[in-house]
Amino acid sequence: MEIDHKLVRDTLVVRLNGELDLGVADTIRQDIDQIMESKRIKNLIMNMEKVTFIDSSGLGMLIGRYKKVSALKGRMSIVGARSSVEKILNFSGINKLIPLLANEQEAVNI
Amino acid sequence: MNVKNYVQFEFPSLPENVAFARACVGAFVSQLDCTLDDLEEVKLVVSEAVSNSIIHGYNNRPGEQIKIHVSILDDRSLEIIIEDFGCGIQNLEQALEPAYSSEPGRMGLGFTFMKSFMDEMDIRSEPGQGTSVCLRRSFMHPDEEGFSEGG
Repeated sequence: MEIDHKLVRDTLVVRLNGELDLGVADTIRQDIDQIMESKRIKNLIMNMEKVTFIDSSGLGMLIGRYKKVSALKGRMSIVGARSSVEKILNFSGINKLIPLLANEQEAVNI
Repeated sequence: MNVKNYVQFEFPSLPENVAFARACVGAFVSQLDCTLDDLEEVKLVVSEAVSNSIIHGYNNRPGEQIKIHVSILDDRSLEIIIEDFGCGIQNLEQALEPAYSSEPGRMGLGFTFMKSFMDEMDIRSEPGQGTSVCLRRSFMHPDEEGFSEGG
């Protein structure tokens, strides 16, 4: 799993590449939290275009970040999820909490 | 039904082995000529069962043993057994409730995924002895089941 990030105004955009499971979820959680805390950012966009697999460990990482962002009164969205990943996001009900959007541009403009 | 092919392997309870386990099972199951969606669902349930063994069975202790046995039967059905020798499940009924997790920060969807994406789920667990999860699913073609569009 590769993780890349950039700042767009007051929003952290995280781009993930690979499979999101127990083996990587904790590292990603720590990376995101560290960046958000050090740069005092409260909005988060998770770009999942290149995520090829997600299980409940990955879902747990996402929901944890959602709770954190919500506590800061920020916004979080997930963008670009491919159909196999979107199916799991929908199945878990995460899509009722975190909007699933087509691309980063759409998410930034919300 | 007779076993047409099988594979069994074991590995230590390391988080990085979750990906290894589902990739191995996926590679083996691909000989069933199922759809990519089917394969993704099988990989997901293996991921969930192995993660449960690491997190709950062994409380994240590395180096403990997890065994997987996968059989393809001659009716194109699949049986996957994921076994650990950890602490077992104290309250199975509670563990099977959707969204229940003994670990804060987890979604408690592992067994829900397993039940939803497989035809059968059979759990044997003894406190202090370990847990064995047996998952079965049929990949029989519709025409093999006696169905046809023309009736």
